Amino acid sequence: MRSVSTLIGVAALALAAGTAAAETPKRGGTLNFAVVAEPPNYDCHASQTFALLHPVSPMYSYLVKYDSSQDGKIVGDLAKSWTISPDGLTYTFKLHEGVKFHDGSPLTSADVKASFERIANPPEGVVSLRKSTMQDVAAIEAPDAATVVFRLKGVNASMLDNFASPFHCIYSAAKIKEEPKFPERNILGSGAFQFVEYVRGSHLSAKRFDGYFRKDLPYLDGYKAFFVKSNAVVPGMLGGQFDAEFRGRTPSERDQLLKAPGNERWVLHEGPWATVNIVIFNVTKKPFDDPRVRKALSLAIDRWGGNEALSKITFVKATGGFLRPGYAYALPESELVKLPGYFRDIEKSRAEARQLLKEAGQENLSIKLHNRTVGEPYTPLGVFLIDQWKRIGVTVEHSQVETAPYFGNLVEGKFDVALYPVTVPADEVTAQHQSYLTNAKSPISYSRHEDKRLDELWDEQSRTLDPDKRKALVHEFERHLITQNYSLSVNWWQRIIVHHKKVKGWHFSPSHFQGQDLIGVWLDQ
Amino acid sequence: MAVVATTPAQVETLPPRGSLLWQFVRTQPLGLIGLLIIVLYVAFALGAVWIAPFDPEAVDFGAMLAPPGGEHLFGTDQYGRDVFSRIVYGARTALAVGILSSLFGCTLGALMGAASGYFGGRIDTAIQRVVDIMLSFPLIVLAMVVVAVLGKKNLAGIDVNLITAIALPIIPKMARVARSSTLSIVTMPFIDAARAAGFSHTRIILRHITPNIVAPYLIMATAFIAQAILLEASLSFLGLGVTEPTPAWGLMLSGTSADFYQTAPWMILFPGAAITLAVFAFNLFGDSLRDWLDPKLKS
Repeated sequence: MRSVSTLIGVAALALAAGTAAAETPKRGGTLNFAVVAEPPNYDCHASQTFALLHPVSPMYSYLVKYDSSQDGKIVGDLAKSWTISPDGLTYTFKLHEGVKFHDGSPLTSADVKASFERIANPPEGVVSLRKSTMQDVAAIEAPDAATVVFRLKGVNASMLDNFASPFHCIYSAAKIKEEPKFPERNILGSGAFQFVEYVRGSHLSAKRFDGYFRKDLPYLDGYKAFFVKSNAVVPGMLGGQFDAEFRGRTPSERDQLLKAPGNERWVLHEGPWATVNIVIFNVTKKPFDDPRVRKALSLAIDRWGGNEALSKITFVKATGGFLRPGYAYALPESELVKLPGYFRDIEKSRAEARQLLKEAGQENLSIKLHNRTVGEPYTPLGVFLIDQWKRIGVTVEHSQVETAPYFGNLVEGKFDVALYPVTVPADEVTAQHQSYLTNAKSPISYSRHEDKRLDELWDEQSRTLDPDKRKALVHEFERHLITQNYSLSVNWWQRIIVHHKKVKGWHFSPSHFQGQDLIGVWLDQ
Repeated sequence: MAVVATTPAQVETLPPRGSLLWQFVRTQPLGLIGLLIIVLYVAFALGAVWIAPFDPEAVDFGAMLAPPGGEHLFGTDQYGRDVFSRIVYGARTALAVGILSSLFGCTLGALMGAASGYFGGRIDTAIQRVVDIMLSFPLIVLAMVVVAVLGKKNLAGIDVNLITAIALPIIPKMARVARSSTLSIVTMPFIDAARAAGFSHTRIILRHITPNIVAPYLIMATAFIAQAILLEASLSFLGLGVTEPTPAWGLMLSGTSADFYQTAPWMILFPGAAITLAVFAFNLFGDSLRDWLDPKLKS
């Protein structure tokens, strides 16, 4: 008996060893992947788009980051370890030593300090879209080359998530001191890959950085990000030009790949996506300063019926508020259906919408919808919204522009109504809700309303550590936002990723902002 | 019956209109076919409100990707929109852009060519060098560059920058033909007489030269409508023309339509056929018009 169990044990060990050996990462090769939009510039702090993250972020390091291989757990990148003081007001990070930028200069705590100061208090002319996430930082200290200390004004339940944003690239303090806008046109990071070339309209390529501080990483020799239109991704993958696209494909594109000859070469991942499509009203422009007009446009949208149908043709699915359905802090469906815009009886809602427009003197309302030229899901969403608003007598001009002017117009307020995606690297209420605050508090909030109640609720929940109390505050925020309609939640995305089976070490997550540093990715070829 | 001009006041004249049409119909049966198809498209464009059974932009998620038949003659697309209605309304976009672009391009080209041929010398050289540069760009590349630089500009529902972009490649081609026609008549006695009578250059070009290049102008303008329709469809397909949900044939072929070509081929077959038929009709009509109006062939 003992000899049999020994044999079984040995066999099991051998099997495990064999399996482990099959999954041992291989070194070498260039990962080719598609990106369906181009970055307006290289500055992470000024960006909010995958068009920058996917091709550029592998060249940067972060203080801490989300680890998609561990369900989005926050892990150290430059930070070797950290401690949080008992009162929650001091975060002390110990950095890895021997880290170098791609030009060979050392990366120290001074660079981390300078980068976060740039985020928190951007110099004149520098855009920092997430400065509100650093509002609680009173001071940043660098007592020695390997230590960074953040001192907070108040407790912030989301502070570690704020540090972990994939847009918080660490820049060279010397370079941004010399020229604050240096990162817009230059890539000098300390990440696993270093810049080779960017050909606008074609590709961006990078090669392994041999001086990377994590020994034996990365596995890849390099990567090449091809900038293509959305409808070129599937043909490109079938033709072998690239092996993956990390944002997401539509249900029909998934089916095309999985039904095409040679479909055994593909791996499919599918699941909820922490991205919501919202409509933003620029409330500084008439008639969107009138709450009746905003409410009418919300009531016109058949969210429940429309989203179910849209899920068959594009990568949207769930109906919810401003937090992902299923997230612990999201308003449940039973609460949503009581709120305007979520009533089940759409004809009754539309009748009310027409009445509101009549009362507001806007029976022949004509609006311009600001949208992107990225095909999915923006075009189908645009078509859907135009149709829904047409049913209450509103005429809509559909204006689709390239990524750079699209975001530029949002930042500068040059729009009336915009379709916009709010994406976060992880379900995190403070990060998710910063898109709905006053613009003075959060530059990433484009509706430009002056409703301080939202700011107050946001501040309060961020300081509340008790989950039940925090939830009550978050729900009050959601209800207030839904009834004020500065922004409208339309639907939540459903992420579908198909990649070549030779691409290993990449982990699916609910966010296309996570896991794109490519450090652990390898090619099984 | 043609009358050759003997004084500056006399120009080539053509018989009364009624017999013209009958002459054309009688002698150009293929042209008649082209003309009938064009008339059908014009009827679609003008009568879309009455002909199309559905609002071309109306989304119906209960009828997504319905095959041809029943109340949807040509089926529906991924949004449940009626394909036949979108083709009928699409004729407006195609004809409006096609005709306006062709007219704009041919008119400007004719004036350039006439001036070039009339003045000769350095003016001719300069204009022809500009024409050479414009001709060196492939048609669609030039149009794409113009659209990309100018963006969109709506005037009464028409994108004037798109029309400019499509007209631009037409200008040099018309200019060449107009120059050639002008050179053949600029040495004629009636032009000398007009100069001797003290008429201004502008008057001579507009009153005495351009009427004599009407025939090639009409032929080219008709032929260019076909090219313009094709170019507009190409630009819309590439995302540089009209945007969703505007019904436009090229736009119906682009974007997510490619995702559904296996499950719903009617989404691309019918718009493709509409474009093909329109281009065919204008080419047919243009060829017949050339055959009918060309004096050498007539004699």
